[in-house]
Amino acid sequence: MSNNEIVWLILILPFIAFLINGVIALFTNFKNSPFSGYLNVASIGISLILSLYLAISGLDKNFDYQSASFQWISFGLFEVTMAIMLDELTLIMITVVTAISFLIQIYSLSYLKDDDGCARYFSYMGLFTTAMLGLVTARNLIQLFIFWELVGATSYLLIGFWYKKQSAIKAAKKAFLMTRVGDFGLIAGILFIAKEGSQYLDITQLYLGVQNGLFTENLIFLAGLLIAIGAIGKSAQFPLHNWLPDAMEGPTPVSALLHSATMVTAGVFIIGRVYPLIEYSESLSQLISYVGAFTLIFAASMAIVSNDIKKVLAYSSISQLGYMFLALGVGSYGAAFLHLFAHAWFKALLFLGAGSIGHAVHTFDMNLMGGLRHKMKITYTTMLLGTISLIGIFPLSGFWSKDEILIGVKSESNILLFIALAGVVMTAFYMTRMMAKTFFGDFKGGHDNINQEDLHESPNLITYPMIALAIPSVIIGFIFSSPIDLGFIEKHSMVSFLDHNKLVFPNYEYHSIKFDFMIASVSSLLAFIGITFSILNFKKFKLNIKPLNKLISNKYYLDYLYENLITEKLFYKYFSYIFSYIEKNIVDNFSYKLTSSLKWMANKISISQNGQVQLQSITFIAGLLIILIPYLIYLGLGGN
Amino acid sequence: MPGGILSFLIFFPIIAGLFIGVASSNNFIKKNIKILALTFTFIEMALSILLYFNYDKDNGGFQFIDYFDSWIPFESFRAQYLVGVDGLSAPLVLLTGILGFCAIIASLKINFREREYFMWLLILQGVVTGVFSSLDMLLLFVFWEAELIPMYFLISIWGSGKAQYSAMKFLIFTLTSGAFLLIGILSIYFATGTFVMYDINELNLSGISGSSFEILIPSIVIFLIFFVGFAIKLPLFPLHSWLPDAHTDAPTAVSIMLAGVLLKMGGYGLLRINVDIFNVVDPSILINLSPYIALLGAVSVIYGAVLTIRQTDLKRLIAFSSVSHMGYIILGISSFNAFSSLGSTEGLGGTALQLFTHGTITGLAFYLVGLTYERTHTRNIPHLGGLAIKMPLITTFFIIAGFASLGLPGLSGFVAELMIFVGTFKLGGLWAISTLISVFGVVLAAGYTLWMIQRAYLGSGVPEGSPVIKEYDNLTDMNKIELAGALILTLTIIVVGVYPSIVTDLFSVGIGEIFLR
Repeated sequence: MSNNEIVWLILILPFIAFLINGVIALFTNFKNSPFSGYLNVASIGISLILSLYLAISGLDKNFDYQSASFQWISFGLFEVTMAIMLDELTLIMITVVTAISFLIQIYSLSYLKDDDGCARYFSYMGLFTTAMLGLVTARNLIQLFIFWELVGATSYLLIGFWYKKQSAIKAAKKAFLMTRVGDFGLIAGILFIAKEGSQYLDITQLYLGVQNGLFTENLIFLAGLLIAIGAIGKSAQFPLHNWLPDAMEGPTPVSALLHSATMVTAGVFIIGRVYPLIEYSESLSQLISYVGAFTLIFAASMAIVSNDIKKVLAYSSISQLGYMFLALGVGSYGAAFLHLFAHAWFKALLFLGAGSIGHAVHTFDMNLMGGLRHKMKITYTTMLLGTISLIGIFPLSGFWSKDEILIGVKSESNILLFIALAGVVMTAFYMTRMMAKTFFGDFKGGHDNINQEDLHESPNLITYPMIALAIPSVIIGFIFSSPIDLGFIEKHSMVSFLDHNKLVFPNYEYHSIKFDFMIASVSSLLAFIGITFSILNFKKFKLNIKPLNKLISNKYYLDYLYENLITEKLFYKYFSYIFSYIEKNIVDNFSYKLTSSLKWMANKISISQNGQVQLQSITFIAGLLIILIPYLIYLGLGGN
Repeated sequence: MPGGILSFLIFFPIIAGLFIGVASSNNFIKKNIKILALTFTFIEMALSILLYFNYDKDNGGFQFIDYFDSWIPFESFRAQYLVGVDGLSAPLVLLTGILGFCAIIASLKINFREREYFMWLLILQGVVTGVFSSLDMLLLFVFWEAELIPMYFLISIWGSGKAQYSAMKFLIFTLTSGAFLLIGILSIYFATGTFVMYDINELNLSGISGSSFEILIPSIVIFLIFFVGFAIKLPLFPLHSWLPDAHTDAPTAVSIMLAGVLLKMGGYGLLRINVDIFNVVDPSILINLSPYIALLGAVSVIYGAVLTIRQTDLKRLIAFSSVSHMGYIILGISSFNAFSSLGSTEGLGGTALQLFTHGTITGLAFYLVGLTYERTHTRNIPHLGGLAIKMPLITTFFIIAGFASLGLPGLSGFVAELMIFVGTFKLGGLWAISTLISVFGVVLAAGYTLWMIQRAYLGSGVPEGSPVIKEYDNLTDMNKIELAGALILTLTIIVVGVYPSIVTDLFSVGIGEIFLR
């Protein structure tokens, strides 16, 4: 098989599963058969194996990939040719997407076993996996946008999977609408690029155009900015972040796959995809780094006060995505994606752990948990590993990736470094708090006053994927970002692999990446301070600064601002009311007035036709004059 | 393809309709009216598909020409029967064929004065096909006006709510549009001495576009007369107020035809006469006016979308969304800029494609609303909810229609909107601003579509105090034949969305010729 065929297979297999499961869900009585799940596991499993094969062959420096192309539309000068882009970034992304999707399909087998929408769920999951893979392999911006939107649509379907629940469908709608506001930016950005000629929609051509200075600075800034707005929406960065915590209404495996490991990273991915634009414009990259930096502490502050375990993790995802934005903004392209890669494993693991807990105690409210570590040993151990990794303790994955980001930030700006380090303390604090509230202390009875003795560990189909995710959560950072040559793999391998992307960095010169001992020790120290403080707070202080707590628990009133003030009051109550007033009283009334005034005129004129000879002859002459006078004037003005 | 196929497509439904209407004594026909109507429209659909795929893209031009030159044989007032299709009209004939069949499926529950109903519906289909294929302007006008008769009866007799009022409103507005059209057609006739629109080589007919002519009235006035005439039909803000009423009160099948093909007559007319013929007369008219036309389109998009959000009647909601979607057509037309350095065809191509896709998408939406209404007997959104539990198939198709209408890629609406945006945006200035305003309409479209789906179809059940509560447990999903209709439309939407070249290749021929003429 050629590499081309392999890529097609990777893309098409989950899609076939989607089609089959879709037909099952709509037209048959096997809506709840385990077959659907097995089908997904098998098809995505094969995709995973093929992706791994590609990724390993991609490590070879001579790896060369020529994509077949397909002319999607050609109309006059407007041409969209689709093709596969298989650069270093894509290779990493397809591996992450297929691997995590595969494990989550296995987890879902058990998690959704009793749900009567099983086939529907797995068909959405298949479609999502295809869409996400299509997104990361697209070589044309239109092609990328197509899959980008499909990802959004499947996210809508999956968040609203339990469509009988009002909160779920509202969250689904909110997610779609808020990301669509971002997409408005993305379309506009694409239009700016298409304006230069539709050949630049091809990403490799766009790179060449930027690198050869074919575009003006303004155009690059505008197009990049608009695309970044799309990324901010998709990756739930401030100010378009509110949808992500609400999206936790969906099934937990969905949160693990879409809203932590893959879909929300699409925003980071697209900024990496158009990186030459971002790199070119100084002000743009600054903007992105500040958005990321602000979001990372802003979201972390909300994670500190949240009492819903899934929401803590959601805010944590927003915060970690903020780190990736920050890294991209300060020019650490490799570090951003190293962190994306590492984060995907431990965050998916933590979500699956939350699902496993929810399975046992029937709630996600941490105030009803506590002391679970005795009964749920596997969940506890794996989640503990995930947490330590996320906090960034040596030598787990998160330590290495966060370290690379901090090194990059240090070279750019001290303020940003300070914010990023503050984020480290906050991360340590809220994660420790989350672990303490769920696994330590006394058990509070769960949703329905469960006896502690009746608690049990989740079945194997749930715990095995967690174990499988725990392994990379621990070791992957060291393998791909080790400061020493490991023999089978060179040092800082992933960052240098990504920096070798000849398309994005044609003038790349090899410089050795140094492990910064100073940064590493400061960040570790800060992490320990955060942990200690959190434990002390949990055991003794139980701090609660009321006004601050109120402000943060209400999410800084941004939900209120967006939903109540802007959407409901400003838009629905006033703005659209003006329109409906115009419609009713001007547009519709006009035609009514027109007909009634014609009627009135007809009534008046009909008086002149009453049969009296005198009146009628006057009317006749008057009518004649009305016609003649303009004609005479017309002649007088020299008409013929 | 044998000759005369186009005339057959026009007159077969008309004759079939009259046959159903007249053959009252025959018991067999009386009992099987619906099956007969289904068969007739199926044949019609099959033939229109055949015609579509037999259009020779390499040669282009007008094909399947039928010609009869002594329709009105007076030397001083000569009008021909002349029909033919080019790359622009062939897809629209196909659209009429598809929607005609689906409209009959949507009418299977009709049992009040069936014979007349199916007669009028079939006649309507033939007449609309006639509009899309007339190459003689007087013939076009005759078909244009003839469409009123079936529509008036269909809305006023089988409609609901204020059916009489809405039918009359529709009649008056369309007659006004017809009057504008007639003035325009006659002005051109008196200047050129012919009604034939094109120079059709094989028949050696010299058409308007072949002659150079001086018009008594300034040509910009005639341009505007045509523009207003078509804008009423489209409809364009602020001339749209007939549409929501007509849609709301019309029976389902008529809403499908109205939104699916009748509105397209306005857009088709704009492309055929205001763009194509006036390109030959004086291209500067449209070029000078086009920035303002772009703004008008953008206003229509936003105005329609904002009003859509406020609607509580399912049908009225979709009607207002049509006003919004027709704004994109006007926006696309403004991208006509044949002689500028940026001149290219994708904006007009998007317009033509939008005619086709909006026909299928809105057709599907009305079809599904019709099926829902048949079951719940209300279209009032606050009275609905949780229908997905009882009607998973209807809901699934409705979500697809909704996604298509909000421009989700992979479905056909996206391609049309994208082409319009790309084509218009690159002209810069007022065009670019109007485009960005219209792009925001896509966000609003997501808002009203998802909110409507949430309230009417999702959730745990109908709200308290709703009249549907009694029959909620007995609600049924669509049956097999209804499924067939939904599948035809959905597949068209998906196929065009995934592989747009299947339609755009033809439009590309048609639009390309406009630029060459």
